[in-house]
Amino acid sequence: MSFKDWFREDRLPHIFCTGCGNGTVINCTLEAVEEMGWIRDTTVFISGIGCSSRAPGYITTDSLHTTHGRALAFATGVKLANPRLNVVVFTGDGDLAAIGGNHFIHACRRNIDITVVCMNNMIYGMTGGQGSPCTPPGAISTTTPYGMCEPVFDLSALAVTAGANYVARWTSYHVTELTKAIKVGLDTPGFSFIEAMVQCPTAYGRRNKLRQVSDMVTYLKTHALLLQKKQRMEEEGETVPADMFAVGEFVRRDRPAMGVLK
Amino acid sequence: MRKIMEGSHAVAEAVRLIRPGVISAYPITPQTHIVERLAEMVADGDLDADYITVESEFSALSACLGASAAGSRVYSATTSQGLAFMFEVLFNVAGMRQPVVMSIVNRALGAPLSIWNDHQDSVSCRDSGWFQLYAEDAQESMDLHFLAYRVAEDHDVLLPGFVCFDGFILSHTYEPVDMPTQEEIDAYLPPFVPVNVLDAKNPISMGMYATPDYYTEFRYDIDRAMDRAKDLLVTAGRELGESIGRDYSGLVEEYRLEDADTAFVAMGSLCGTVKDAIDEMRDSGIKAGLLKIRSYRPFPRAEIAKALSGVSRVAVLEKNVSLGSAMKGAVGPEVKDALWGSGIDVFSYVLGLGGRDVRKKDIAAINALSIAGKGDMFYGLREELI
Ligand SMILES: Cc1ncc(C[n+]2csc(CCOP(=O)(O)OP(=O)(O)O)c2C)c(N)n1
Ligand code: SF4
Repeated sequence: MSFKDWFREDRLPHIFCTGCGNGTVINCTLEAVEEMGWIRDTTVFISGIGCSSRAPGYITTDSLHTTHGRALAFATGVKLANPRLNVVVFTGDGDLAAIGGNHFIHACRRNIDITVVCMNNMIYGMTGGQGSPCTPPGAISTTTPYGMCEPVFDLSALAVTAGANYVARWTSYHVTELTKAIKVGLDTPGFSFIEAMVQCPTAYGRRNKLRQVSDMVTYLKTHALLLQKKQRMEEEGETVPADMFAVGEFVRRDRPAMGVLK
Repeated sequence: MRKIMEGSHAVAEAVRLIRPGVISAYPITPQTHIVERLAEMVADGDLDADYITVESEFSALSACLGASAAGSRVYSATTSQGLAFMFEVLFNVAGMRQPVVMSIVNRALGAPLSIWNDHQDSVSCRDSGWFQLYAEDAQESMDLHFLAYRVAEDHDVLLPGFVCFDGFILSHTYEPVDMPTQEEIDAYLPPFVPVNVLDAKNPISMGMYATPDYYTEFRYDIDRAMDRAKDLLVTAGRELGESIGRDYSGLVEEYRLEDADTAFVAMGSLCGTVKDAIDEMRDSGIKAGLLKIRSYRPFPRAEIAKALSGVSRVAVLEKNVSLGSAMKGAVGPEVKDALWGSGIDVFSYVLGLGGRDVRKKDIAAINALSIAGKGDMFYGLREELI
């Protein structure tokens, strides 16, 4: 099988805008799933609501497209009912960190054996570009017409603190690294969280002087700072620019996990 | 001033004129255009309010409840899944007697997921203690907000309320709208004077535990307030007419009912289509009329009985379904109850769910069904899918 065999071609055309980063992340995830040697019969994709959450609809396995923010609660039920299933959740920054934030921290705390791939486009894409808990300070959204004034959530740091066994962040530019990180996540018992920073040219780029798709991908590439480099800069007393974010593997550990098939 | 406006923007303008102190909302289609416009007004200084970009509808209504308890006039808007998510808070707002007003941009409930219009969301909140008004067009969507705040904040009422209007059909279409002036609305709607307010100098506790010896009377009190809201909707609706030239004193509204054989009963934008269908039917000699229900809660039982006393049969058009019920629609049984003992046939027809279009010919077909004594059914099912 190739990762292409996981696509539901009868569902095309998909709803994603031209240049949307979500497709890249779906590709990377399916590539990782394929490399794991997983089969359709025992793999389930679960999501909430959002552009990112549409992903399971384009994959030829069983899937649950649930309510906004609740994917992790549904996924917990699926995994505990049948721990033989490989459970992967697709989510967005709004779905996961805003309306579903509570489920996120508790799923990390329980360290339930599922893998979460979050497409963080820093905005509520599907509803037309309102500010999310990941909209950077100063960024324009339809609910922050003069710039976001609230601080952002660092989703990966949150997952580490709350207890996830594996946490990594990459971007839609870092296709190889992202695929590898997802694979490690799939392979790690317990809760794995992979944050993929993605471009949303329609609801984010357009309003934030990143009109072209390539502008946003370049933005992600140039604002991503390797974790090791960031740590080195901090050790040497250099200031890390506030708009840069770390990419890499934040944690890989072996806390007791829930739902792991012995 | 008359302007061509999108329904959502007309509602946002109404909210600006109403001068809430706190707005709290979470985006959801098709409510987004209202709250985005309000966010803009606040950011531009055109509306002196705090706009809280909360992380969910649950938080949105909870923040509104808190702000109202602290003495502020508050506003929120939602629909469908968002309203369902607020369900717990709805009962708390009503139970604490906070006059929160919320726009409900009616949309179907999942699953399966639908962003399109029907009334399942607000109708399902029937018993939460919020009054519910339904608008037929953009103008009414705007005006009912003035009426809703006036009634909600009256010390004889102190109840929260929904202003319901149909998603996309009204929220995303453009119509001419007559905008009242700030002076007119200021005179009609004086600043909110809370009765019980959180105040450290005079501490009170809201929402505390009620033992079985007390609980029932709290519910009874809300029901009495609903009765008083019914009377106030009439007088305040008339006063609104005196102020802005459009009278809203009717909890129900009649259209060509005088000598009608078949009376349709409907809520919301569907009434426009029904009126056109009635005109066509009358042109071909069929005597039909419409009773539009503007206030679903409080329910205008006596007004309905009076308005429909002379007809032969009643066809209730329902954009909701009470699954497992005898009549299928939720409104039908209450209309039937209003006409109990009159011998008039009352049938429900479930239609327009999840955005399915209702056309004039559907109304004519339902007239024929009601004459044949067929009703209490889903209308227009696609047999090939069943
Ligand atoms: C209870 C509820 N509230 C609001 C919505 C509306 N809604 C749908 S998607 C969405 C935001 C999606 O943002 P995100 O999760 O970041 O996904 P994206 O579309 O950006 O990929 C919202 C607010 C909803 N469907 N349900
Ligand atoms: S709105 Fe943004 S996130 Fe949604 S499909 Fe378009 S580009 Fe992608």
